[in-house]
Amino acid sequence: MSERKTMGDILNGYQNASRDSLIPILQDVQNEFGFLSRESVLEIGKHLRLPASKIYGVATFYNQFRFQPTGRFHIMICRGTACHVKGSAAVLAALEKELSIKAGETSEDGLFSIEVVACIGACGLAPVLSINGEIYAGMDEEKVKTVLDTYRKKASQEGGAK
Amino acid sequence: MTFTPLLSPLTHEGVKTQATPEGYDKLVKTLRRENITKPVIYVGAGTCGISAGALKAKDEIVKYLAANSLDADFVDVGCIGLCSEEPLIDVQMPGRLRVSFKRVTSDKVKGIMDQMFQQKPDPGCAEMLGQLKDTNGTPWDGVPYMFDHPFFKQQTRRVLKNCGFINPVSIDEYLARDGYKGFAKALHTMTPPEVCNEIELSGLRGRGGGGFPTGKKWKFALNTSSNQKYMICNADEGDPGAFMDRAVIEGDPHAVLEGLAIAAYAIGASKAYVYIRAEYPLAIERLILAIKQATDYGLLGENILDSGFDLKIIIKKGAGAFVCGEETALMHSIEGKRGMPRPRPPYPAISGLFGKPSVVNNVETLANVPSIILNGAAEHAAIGTAGSKGTKVFALSGKVLRTGLVEVVMGTKLRDIIYTIGGGMAHGKKFKAVQIGGPSGGCIPEARLDIEIDYESLKTVGAMMGSGGLVSMDEDNCMVDVAKFFMDFIQRESCGKCIPCREGTRRMLEILQAITHGRGTEKDYDALKRFKGVMMLPRLAKVIQDTSLCGLGQTAPNPVLSTLRWFRDEYEAHIFERRCPAGVCRGLVKYAIIADKCKGCTVCAKNCPTGAITGSLKKPHFIDVNKCIGCGACKSVCKFDAVTVQN
Repeated sequence: MSERKTMGDILNGYQNASRDSLIPILQDVQNEFGFLSRESVLEIGKHLRLPASKIYGVATFYNQFRFQPTGRFHIMICRGTACHVKGSAAVLAALEKELSIKAGETSEDGLFSIEVVACIGACGLAPVLSINGEIYAGMDEEKVKTVLDTYRKKASQEGGAK
Repeated sequence: MTFTPLLSPLTHEGVKTQATPEGYDKLVKTLRRENITKPVIYVGAGTCGISAGALKAKDEIVKYLAANSLDADFVDVGCIGLCSEEPLIDVQMPGRLRVSFKRVTSDKVKGIMDQMFQQKPDPGCAEMLGQLKDTNGTPWDGVPYMFDHPFFKQQTRRVLKNCGFINPVSIDEYLARDGYKGFAKALHTMTPPEVCNEIELSGLRGRGGGGFPTGKKWKFALNTSSNQKYMICNADEGDPGAFMDRAVIEGDPHAVLEGLAIAAYAIGASKAYVYIRAEYPLAIERLILAIKQATDYGLLGENILDSGFDLKIIIKKGAGAFVCGEETALMHSIEGKRGMPRPRPPYPAISGLFGKPSVVNNVETLANVPSIILNGAAEHAAIGTAGSKGTKVFALSGKVLRTGLVEVVMGTKLRDIIYTIGGGMAHGKKFKAVQIGGPSGGCIPEARLDIEIDYESLKTVGAMMGSGGLVSMDEDNCMVDVAKFFMDFIQRESCGKCIPCREGTRRMLEILQAITHGRGTEKDYDALKRFKGVMMLPRLAKVIQDTSLCGLGQTAPNPVLSTLRWFRDEYEAHIFERRCPAGVCRGLVKYAIIADKCKGCTVCAKNCPTGAITGSLKKPHFIDVNKCIGCGACKSVCKFDAVTVQN
């Protein structure tokens, strides 16, 4: 495991920060830990002298922030217009069926999580989904299975779910 | 021009040495790759190229070169726009014109490289796209010119002129193509009011959707006195179906920065922000690098080019909220608050970010600015329609044959974009509609395809320019479903501040859901409610339009109104006949088993979640329509194609 930044490291990067640093801090924390825990929100509050309620108010407003850990492979499925007209609803349904979870949830083995996003901006290749940042283009129900299988294989080679 | 060209290695005195005139020319040529000595391979490495496998093809080329002991330079360029044919790879041999190949997957690499390195490009090869006139080289015999390809022929590339040609991570290459000359001209020869005037004369209007005259907006901010002003670039491209801002930033980031810098100078702002979606990691990376390079060259920072003008550009990553594309919401988001709009006036040009005068401009608007300043307003004003000047970049996607980024002169017919540039519908399907302008726009039917695109004409057909997403749909798409899709999107993205938008869009969605759901168990009262909803739909839409606080709410009913206007028959089929003509709305779809084809394998009966399928082994099965929920599981598992959809 590579070294992880602690909350302190992140907040030290924002000395004398004011309210406008709130969203960048939340983004950094989520980048590092994968989600915003209760503890981290409280700590950010102390640092910025903002009540936790305000921070939750901001964090829950934006789609980007999560309050639960994601799976080891985080699947983002695009539900933009171009993907919709090319059948992304069926792709999402196939994903949900294959993993037995709904969008926004994490599979029991902690391997996969699904997030629905508005648009990845690769409309020319619709329908698309991305897994840990890698984009898969022209998806359909069958390709979903193949892609998931490669990740499952990868996971078993690397040695079990964490 | 009165000022000395700043562009020598390429720039500001004191940062790098000024080259001699001959040295300068030679350098520019080198940077434009007009006098190459070894082959150059261009890899289309935008987000779309990479996801189509451009980097894998590149690895394969590296292997090929090593195996054949050949040498070549690689350039990762941005997207040239032809997304559906990615990965695109171009090869330029010394002294010859550059040749472009499409769909270069790893297995195609060897064939293509063989052709090029044997100096025999094959015009008949399936991957051949064409040669580019752009460089000073000898043309290849028999190879078509790429810009004669129907996708490119009708385009006028101004904003996209560098995309696909320059290396986006090299500021020198941008400088060699007249980069930052417009900025230098503004700083050294023009006053801020003159810059505003020039932009106003050019007729440039906001490309983010609203179409407000850019020069006018700048003047408001210029004429408001304050100790601090802010210039903001809106790169929060939230419209699903639009990706031109991403492509411009990925392919030519300095053009956006230069436009932003000129705008900041014009309004007197010493601080500028780029508010960009976090979903665009590559674009953010390119922008960060571009800002660093420009600062190192003295093109940003303090006392830029000895003019006394200071500018600092800060990147703010959006956190995923569609409403943040609205300027007041965007500014709240930069301030670290919930991204909610506020009533205007006061307009941002009077009181904006942190209460200071601010101007928000879209990426494409800003990318238009450098050439207007450098070449004069007249050039920009010379093309386009009476009210809309210049070009517009569209993100063409959906069911057309060729998808991608398209830049056309204002006034081009929609039909030309769909049928000529896009090549018509794929798989021989029939065109049904094109959705323009994202969730605020509308759907345009075949009968109205001959309108000439500009800000005003689109409004007459119930759509709007929006940021420029063009999603084409064919006969397999259900327009009620499309309207429902947009309402679902908007009601989720409504910030919740004003009631018409928060409650109204949700009600509209519910009405559409009621239309598209099956009614196996509907009771009398529910039926009455459904009919009432249908009758009230246009009125509800009107109220939302008239009373919402911001642009998101005011335009939210457009997708429903425009589909209702042009595709009323589809709504009626859903409501009166309880069927979905396109077979999309699952709740209305009825499945049946063709007895002749059914082998009685029982797989469908086992997979039916509601036990609607009956039949014994090796005998034809039967679907009970009263129990069927239209999930389609039977159709997807049937190996004999025995399950059909009945409309």
